[in-house]
Amino acid sequence: MKKELLRLTVNDVEYEVYINPKRLLVEVIRDELGFTGTKRACDTVSCGCCTVIIEGMAVKSCSVLAMQVDGLRVKTVEGLEVNGKLDPIQKGFLDEGAFQCGFCTSGMLMSARALLDENPNPTKEEMKDGIEGNLCRCTGYNSIIRAMTRVANGQYKEEQA
Amino acid sequence: MIKDFNYLRPTKVKEALDLLSAHKDDCKVICGGQSLLILMRQGLVTTDYLIDIKRVAELNYVNWDAKAGLTIGATTTHRTIEKSSLIQEKYRVLSDMETKLASIQVRNWGTIGGNVCHGDAAGDPAPVLMTLGATLKLGNAAGTRVMPIEEFYTDLFETALKEDELLLEIQIPTPAPRTGSAYEKFNLLSSDQGIIAVAASITLNGKTCKSARIALGNAAPTAMRAKRAEEMLAGQKLADDLLEKVGQAAAEDCEPIADIHASADYRRHLVSVFTKRMVKKAWQQAEKAA
Repeated sequence: MKKELLRLTVNDVEYEVYINPKRLLVEVIRDELGFTGTKRACDTVSCGCCTVIIEGMAVKSCSVLAMQVDGLRVKTVEGLEVNGKLDPIQKGFLDEGAFQCGFCTSGMLMSARALLDENPNPTKEEMKDGIEGNLCRCTGYNSIIRAMTRVANGQYKEEQA
Repeated sequence: MIKDFNYLRPTKVKEALDLLSAHKDDCKVICGGQSLLILMRQGLVTTDYLIDIKRVAELNYVNWDAKAGLTIGATTTHRTIEKSSLIQEKYRVLSDMETKLASIQVRNWGTIGGNVCHGDAAGDPAPVLMTLGATLKLGNAAGTRVMPIEEFYTDLFETALKEDELLLEIQIPTPAPRTGSAYEKFNLLSSDQGIIAVAASITLNGKTCKSARIALGNAAPTAMRAKRAEEMLAGQKLADDLLEKVGQAAAEDCEPIADIHASADYRRHLVSVFTKRMVKKAWQQAEKAA
């Protein structure tokens, strides 16, 4: 099988990899580039654990051919922290204990981040819609909504400045 | 495990159609891939050539004019349709349907054209497009043709698309004055496909129904019109016993399967209930419409 050249930017770093074109984005992110924060679980576009942000949009990386992000910018959970400072949504999750086993967390963080980027002042219903594609079997979601609410209320703004 | 394939990535419609005609015996078209990649991973679909039209920007548009109505390019994402202020204003039922389709992640990458061509009877757009009187523009290297969407679906996951053809555009006429439309599906998780779905569109003349369109999702091998129920509404005034009969007719005319989610009888019951509700809702919207 002829390998194809894929150029992509992950967490602001440019990469060039030669891949079999059948490789999924989640496989390239984890197995070629080593960003194992992105989790692989259901593989059927159901659970949302593999959610990454492509050009500002939350997308499930198990259901995207890696070749489709050629030339695009991808952010994974590793890209949330900047210069040693956690992203406000990560702080919110910590302060609300918005996880137990943690397996859904990286996908949940990416969906929450994408929603807040798109809509900085979401209603509770809009927050629920924003994480609708992410399953969590531990928290019951309430602590996740509370974490998002903290960020929407601008609680961590001064710490980020 | 996905079987190896040759990956082709056209950027122009002409290029895509030429590739399709060259490889028509052993190729598949992918766009968002939100349905196709699952089937490929399960080994249900294998192909020698995969033609990726996600980057065909010519087919990514939402246009409207009073005469031609709404035209949506095949590679337009669900999220673009959901957030289009034009569609929210003039075809609210379409943008509302999109907000109920799967999850934000799927709508961000998946496309209306891919959904329509996938031919899943449980797909959300088809019933709504049927009640809006949508037509599909299909093309191959030799030219284009236009067909009503209800003629497009031939059987379970099968469509009238020829092996060298591509869906180019979805065309939706401007609704007649005093028309209302509604869509709802029944499911347990809001991001799931409907166990059944019903769309209705009602046009009024005074207080009587001038014409009606009702379409059912996941109640037969393909999305389908409930034509006998539609005919019962023409010339009538809104009344509970009329709605009862219309719901009953739709339930009798559909051909639901039984599966892990619901028995066939329960699906018929749901079709009857949701047909009543959607006809009433569309009717009430038509009363308010200009």
